[in-house]
Amino acid sequence: MFLIFVGATLVITYWAAQRSRGTAAYFAANRQITAWQNGFAVAGDYMSAASFLGIAGIIAFQGYDGFMYSVGWLVAYLTVLLIVAEPLRNAGKYTMADVLAYRLNPRPVRAMASLSTLIVSTFYMIAQMVGAGALVSVLLKGIGYNTAVTGVGILMVVYVVFGGMLATTWVQITKAILLMGGTMVLSFLVLAHFGFSLSNFFDAVGQVTYTENGQKVVRDFMQPGLRFKPPYGALDLISLGMALIFGTAGLPHILVRFYTVPDARTARISVVWAMALIGVFYIMTTFLGFGAATIVGRDTIAVNGGTNMSAPLLAKSLGGEVFFGFISAIAFATILAVVAGLTISASTSFAHDFYTNVMHHGRERKPGQEVRVARMAAFVVGAVAIAVAIVLGPTANVAFLVALAFAVAASANLPVIVFSLFWRRFNTTGAVAGLGTGLAASLALILISPSIMGADRALFPLENPGILSIPLGFLGAVLGTLLTREPAAEVKFDELLIRANTGLGAEQASRQ
Amino acid sequence: MEQWKEIAASSDFKRLVREKLRVVIPATLFFIIYYFALPVLVGYAPRLMQRRVIGNVNLAYLFALSQFFVAWGIAGLYLRAAARLDVLAKKITDRQAKP
Repeated sequence: MFLIFVGATLVITYWAAQRSRGTAAYFAANRQITAWQNGFAVAGDYMSAASFLGIAGIIAFQGYDGFMYSVGWLVAYLTVLLIVAEPLRNAGKYTMADVLAYRLNPRPVRAMASLSTLIVSTFYMIAQMVGAGALVSVLLKGIGYNTAVTGVGILMVVYVVFGGMLATTWVQITKAILLMGGTMVLSFLVLAHFGFSLSNFFDAVGQVTYTENGQKVVRDFMQPGLRFKPPYGALDLISLGMALIFGTAGLPHILVRFYTVPDARTARISVVWAMALIGVFYIMTTFLGFGAATIVGRDTIAVNGGTNMSAPLLAKSLGGEVFFGFISAIAFATILAVVAGLTISASTSFAHDFYTNVMHHGRERKPGQEVRVARMAAFVVGAVAIAVAIVLGPTANVAFLVALAFAVAASANLPVIVFSLFWRRFNTTGAVAGLGTGLAASLALILISPSIMGADRALFPLENPGILSIPLGFLGAVLGTLLTREPAAEVKFDELLIRANTGLGAEQASRQ
Repeated sequence: MEQWKEIAASSDFKRLVREKLRVVIPATLFFIIYYFALPVLVGYAPRLMQRRVIGNVNLAYLFALSQFFVAWGIAGLYLRAAARLDVLAKKITDRQAKP
């Protein structure tokens, strides 16, 4: 099953490689992706290991509180839809930094934006790699964790290096369809198990039995408070909500998707497609998570690979070994596809922002060089992620790393995107200060949080830094702006405003 | 350069920006308030949210579920409003195409 998927995606990659010629083709799939295709690809990029394995696991272990992740991850798309998708498509070319560099001094801004993109993508990617390694080493007894991580890494580099954006887009579409299908079948089986009675299902969720500190306990998993406990639970919940809601609109691998469509209208409709898919998927996480809690049980999952294996183990107990293999293959494909999407956004940013625009002042010295650098960057990024994932080992907390990526994106990227689109006075110092403060604050607060320092010694009591680091990111941007004046940036605001709102002068679908 | 100044000063463009903000600002405020009401109530009014409504399904779960439908609803309304804004934007781009 798994091998069929890998084979199929390699065929797509080959087909895409044949069609993809030139820079706009490699980075932006010739801007010819249609609305529903992009919607599926955005959804595919978004529904990562954290969604399928992670949320199902948190709900299976901590009930209702896990569902809060699902809610935040869907509502976040309103920020994307209302604020960033259309202006970004109209005013940018390949990366988030294009919009920032438009009216600001390009070199410092691109250098900072590229750094932030690399950090966010790497955290996100390491989490996926760790998930993949853990999954495969539980699934196939003969293959070790290190071999699994290396295998995923090599495959993903192949997709990106040879196929570029067109191949990754089609890999995402294929995977999104498989994931939706698999989740629907699994939810259907859970309902069938309870005789298609929702009241039986929710009654069972009200009495989940498991072992805690050597004692049997019965808990109502519909009730909040199993994960977010006093005294800081409520604040942590709000902090998590802020990171999710404002982080999505700053995720580089989601933002690059809007450059693959022909115009702003298509970008907008594709977000709505993605919201429909993601919403249906996240509502079904209730069935996966609660199903795993009631049918498989916390104790069984804990000794068979831990929280992340909740959804696959549910498939095993409802559908047998074959269905288990199928769901695991989908989970694996999910990770593979998300990693490919992340690699392409990270390497695009490095090649386009840092190499071409910072090191070579915006001139491509030889045609096609930017694509070559991006391919080399994909190799390097892949190697770094493989190495870090191996060092962290299979026990590293996947959900923690992903929430970190969201918090960093919300604190560093979102303030500068919003200000450069909506605030005339905003300038280069503000952008650099905002990106710098957001990055530094979110990283520092995570280092002194309970997740790293341990619950007793932590200097900062919350798991997620969003509630403090996001305002700090905005504050940094505001203070930096007020310190200096940059008349050139203010003059060009009108131009950006016109382009962002009308699409005037935006690069249309190129025909090659 | 002159071209941008001219458009920025035109009444059509001012109208487009004004209409757009009139859609985006209330929609954004509404979804942020509605969304954060969930973690705030779950965090600070757990008693209220634990109240069972249908069988074992409590207010907390129904409120969380309603977020999905509210988000879809806002997206749908925005699509309709944006189609109207597209017409205004097209008027401006068309004028630029034939000087």
